[in-house]
Amino acid sequence: MALADTTQIARRRLSGGGWWVAWLIAGAAFVALWWFGSGWPVDYPKAAQVPAMRVVGDAMKWLVNEASFGIFSFVDLTRFIAALIEVPYWISSSLLATGLMTTAGSAGVQIFPPVSWIALIGVLGLAGYWAAGWRLAALVVALMAFIALFGQWTAAMVTLASIVIAVPLGVILGLLLGVLSYRAPLVERVITPLLDLMQTVPVFAYLVPVLFLFGFGPTAAIVATIIYAMPPMTRLTVHALRSVPAEIDELGRMVGATPRQRMWRVMIPAAMPGLMIGANQVIMLSLNIVIIASMIGAGGLGFEVLGALRRLDFGVGLEAGFAIVALAIVLDRLSQAVATKLQFQPHRGEDRRSLIARHPYLVASIVLALGCGLLSLVEAGFQTFPAAGQLSTGSFWAELIAWINVNFFTQLEAFKDFLLLNLLIPLKRLLLSLPWLGVVGLVALAGLQLGGWRLMLLTGGLSFLIAATGQWEKAMTTVYLCGIAVAVAALIGIPIGILAAEKRRLWPAVQAMIDTLQTLPSFVYLMPVVMLFRVGDFTAILAVVLYALAPAIRYTAHGLMQVDPTLIEAGRAAGTTRWQLLTKVKLKLAFPEIMLGLNQTIMLALSMLVITALVGTRDLGQEVYIALAKADTGRGIVAGLAIAFIAIIADRLISAGARRTKARLGLK
Amino acid sequence: MPKTLRNLLSALALGASLAITSLPAAAAPESTDPIKLTLHDWTGQLITTQLMAEVLKKAGYNVELVTADYLAQFAGLESGDLHLAMEIWATTGQEALDAAVATGKVENLGETGMQAKEEWWYPTYMKEKCPGLPNWEALLEPACAEAFATAETAPNGRYLGGPVTWGGFDEERVSALGLPFEVVHAGTDAALFAELESAYQRQAPVMLWIYAPHWAVAKYEGEWVEFPEYTAECYADPAWGGNPNEAYDCGKPFGAIWKAGWAGLKDKWPGAYRGIQGFSIDNAEMGQMITEVDLNGKSVQDVADAWIAANEARWSAWIQ
Repeated sequence: MALADTTQIARRRLSGGGWWVAWLIAGAAFVALWWFGSGWPVDYPKAAQVPAMRVVGDAMKWLVNEASFGIFSFVDLTRFIAALIEVPYWISSSLLATGLMTTAGSAGVQIFPPVSWIALIGVLGLAGYWAAGWRLAALVVALMAFIALFGQWTAAMVTLASIVIAVPLGVILGLLLGVLSYRAPLVERVITPLLDLMQTVPVFAYLVPVLFLFGFGPTAAIVATIIYAMPPMTRLTVHALRSVPAEIDELGRMVGATPRQRMWRVMIPAAMPGLMIGANQVIMLSLNIVIIASMIGAGGLGFEVLGALRRLDFGVGLEAGFAIVALAIVLDRLSQAVATKLQFQPHRGEDRRSLIARHPYLVASIVLALGCGLLSLVEAGFQTFPAAGQLSTGSFWAELIAWINVNFFTQLEAFKDFLLLNLLIPLKRLLLSLPWLGVVGLVALAGLQLGGWRLMLLTGGLSFLIAATGQWEKAMTTVYLCGIAVAVAALIGIPIGILAAEKRRLWPAVQAMIDTLQTLPSFVYLMPVVMLFRVGDFTAILAVVLYALAPAIRYTAHGLMQVDPTLIEAGRAAGTTRWQLLTKVKLKLAFPEIMLGLNQTIMLALSMLVITALVGTRDLGQEVYIALAKADTGRGIVAGLAIAFIAIIADRLISAGARRTKARLGLK
Repeated sequence: MPKTLRNLLSALALGASLAITSLPAAAAPESTDPIKLTLHDWTGQLITTQLMAEVLKKAGYNVELVTADYLAQFAGLESGDLHLAMEIWATTGQEALDAAVATGKVENLGETGMQAKEEWWYPTYMKEKCPGLPNWEALLEPACAEAFATAETAPNGRYLGGPVTWGGFDEERVSALGLPFEVVHAGTDAALFAELESAYQRQAPVMLWIYAPHWAVAKYEGEWVEFPEYTAECYADPAWGGNPNEAYDCGKPFGAIWKAGWAGLKDKWPGAYRGIQGFSIDNAEMGQMITEVDLNGKSVQDVADAWIAANEARWSAWIQ
C-alpha cells in the first residue's frame, strides 16, 4: 500500500496544475528517446520475446485433446452443450428451411414441407398488427416480400433458423449476466474484461478451437454468434439498471417486495428502454456475423453474398446483403413492439369468452399456416415463391460501378492519392517510428493521471505485453487504421446523432440508415470500393468508418433523447436559447451516454479489423487471418488478444477520463 | 433428441423411402449416414463437389453438401464432422493440408487430375506499352515498368499479388530477378478480381496474380508472363538460374489440386472411398464447365447433370 500512498500524495500535489509539468518532462524524455535512442528501447529485442504463441497453441491443443474432468472430457462437455443447442435448432430449421425429413442427407424424404412463404409473411404481418398497428404490419410485410421477390427466400430461411435460436439465447444470457454484475460488484469486475475480450478478439482467432469443441456446423456458428453478440446486452443491462432512479427501487422496498421481486417486477420493467437497446444490439450483431457464420456451416444468406462477390456479381451480392438488413429490421422492430405491448398489457381476470375471441391473432395465424400448407399440396407456388415472379436488379449495379469507374476514376484516384500521400502515409510512418518504451511510458502516465496507480499498471502492463509478444509493429498499424477511422466516424456520427435527436422527424430515417450500415455485410460494398480505390489502407479505413458510424450516431441520439424532460423545462424557463439549451444542458447531461457511444465505436472499429485484412492491410487483423490460413491457433489467439488489449486500454482511459469530467461537471 | 427422433422417423418411413428411391442395383452402402462434402465459394469447386456427390449417389450413398470455409474446414475434417473436401490446391492450401494430415485424422485422397496454374498476368492491351511481353525480360525496361506504376509505387511498377496467405514468393522473385516492381497484396481472391475488372473496364495498366482453372481467363483477354521455368532447385539453390546469389529467380510451380478426407472415411464407407480415389477430371473439361456457369448463366446442377449424362462410362468405372 506504500506505493498507493505515495502516488496519492503525488497526485494531490500534482492536481494543482502540476500535471502539465509531469507531461512536459515525459514528453521531453520521449522525444529524446525518439531522436537519439537506438537498440532495445526502440525495437523490442527478439531474444526477450515471450513465447506466447507456442504456449497458447499448446494450451489449446491440450484443451481439445486431453482436458478432462475425470468421467468425461472437456470436449464431451462442449459437445453435450452443442447437442442441447441442436434440439431447438433442429425444430426451427425443420419448420423454416428444410421441412421435416426422415433422415439427414440426400437419402432423406420430406414428410412435412417447411412453412409456406405466404403463411410466414402473413403471420409476421399479423404479429406486427397485434403489437403496433397497421404501420408496423405494412413494414414487416413489405420487407419480407422484398426477400421473396428477389429470390432470397430459401437462403433467408436458413439464416433465420439459426438467428431465432442465437438471439434469444444471447439476450437471456446477457440479461442474466448483467443482473448478476449489477448485484455483485465482484462479478462485474471479473466479467468486464471478459466482455471486452468477447467483443474484440476477432472471431477468426478462436474459430478453429470453437469448431473442434462444438463440431462443424450450424451449432458452432450459433455459439460463435452468441459469443460475439452478447456483450452489449450485459453492458447495457448494467447501465440501464444503474440509471433507474433510486426512488423507484425505494418504492419497491417500501411496499415490502423481496429482493427477487424488486429486481424482476420493479427494476427490470423500469429499465426496459435501456434493455431493449441491448436486445436491438444483439439482433444487429448476430446478423452482422452471418457472413462468418456461413463460413462454418451455417450457409444461408452469408454464403450467397460470398459466392456472388467472388463472381463480381454486385447485383446479387447487394440483394442478398439487403435481405440480411431486411431480416434485421423485421426482427428488431417486431421484438421492440411486442416487448412494449406485453409490458403495458393489463392483466385480465378469468376470460369466459371462446378460444377464438380470446386469441383471434393466434387462431388466424394457425389457420393461415395450415391453409397455405394444404394449398401448397395442390399448387407449388404456395410453398416456394414462383421463380417466374422473381425480380433482380441484374447487371444494373455492376454497370453503375463500371460507369463511375470509367468516368470518374481519375478524380477519385487523385483525391485518394492526396489523402494517402499527405495524411495517411506520414501518420503511419510517424507511428511506426515511435520507440515502444516511450509509448508504453506515456500510456502508463495517462493511466496514472486519469485513474491512479491501478490504471497505470493496467495500461502500462498491457501495452508492454503487446511489445513483449512481438506484435508491436502490427499493433501500431492497427492503431493507425482504427484511430483515423474512429476519429472520422465520431466527427460524422456525433453531429448526425445530435441532429436526429433535435429533429425527431428525422429519427426513423436515421435509424433505418444506421441499422443498414450495421447489418449490411461490409463485403457487399467492399468490393465495389476496391474497384474504385484499389486495395490498401484507404479502402480499409473507408469500410471501418462506414461500420463504426452506427454506434456514434445511435448512442448520441439516444443519450440526448433520454435527458430528463423536467430539466429541459427548467432550462427553457430560465430563458435559454435553443443553442444554449443544447450545449449547456442536454449535451452535458447526455455526456455519459455519448462516451459509451465512443467506446462502442472503438470496439466495433477493432472488431472490423479482420475484414480490413481482406483488402490487404498489414495489421493485427491480417495476422489473425494468416494464422487461420496456417492453422496456427496460438498465433491467431495472441494477435487477437493484442487487438483486445488495445481496445481495453482505450476503453479504460476514456472511461476514467469521462468519470473525471463528470465529476467536474457535477453529474453523479 | 433430434438424432433419435430422426432415427424413429426414418424407421417409420423406411418402407416409403425404399419404394421411392430410384437407386440402381448398386451394392448396398456400408452405412446410410450422410457423407458430408464441403462447398466453398468458387464455381469450380462447386462443380467438382456436385459431380462427386452425384456419382456417390449413383453408387447408393447418402450425401450431404455443407457450406464451409476453405481453411476452417480442416477443423471439421479432423473431428469427423465433415468427411470430404474436393479441392485443396497445392498452391494455396498445402500447408493447412500437411498440418491436418500430420495429425493422422485427415487423409490426402490423391489428385483430382486438375493442375493449378498461377503466374503474373496482364491484359493483352498492355503489349502496346510493353512490346517485349510475354518474355519477363521486357519488364526490366524502366519505361515498361513505369507503364504499370501508380502514384504510390512510381517509378516502380505495381504488381498486385495474392493474399499473403497464398505465399508465392513474389517479393523474393522481384529481388532475385531485379524487377523494378513493388508487390502489393490483395487481401482476398475477390479483391484481386475486383481490381482486374476495374482496370479492364478502363483499359488501364494492371499486372496481377491470376490462377486457373478460373472464369477470369475465359472472360478477359490476356497472357501470363513467361519467367524462366520453375524447377525445385531454383527455389532451393541460390546458385541456380540467372542470379547466382539468390533463389526464386524463376516462375511459379504448377501444383496439383488434391482431394482430402476424414481418415475414418476408409472404414466407414469403403466403397465410397474407392470411388473418391478414382475421381479424375482435367483442366480443359473443368474450364469449359466453369465458363458454362459463370459466363453463360447455367446452374451448377444443370452443368453437373449434363456431365454425368455424357460420361457414364467414366464414372461407373470409378465406383466399380
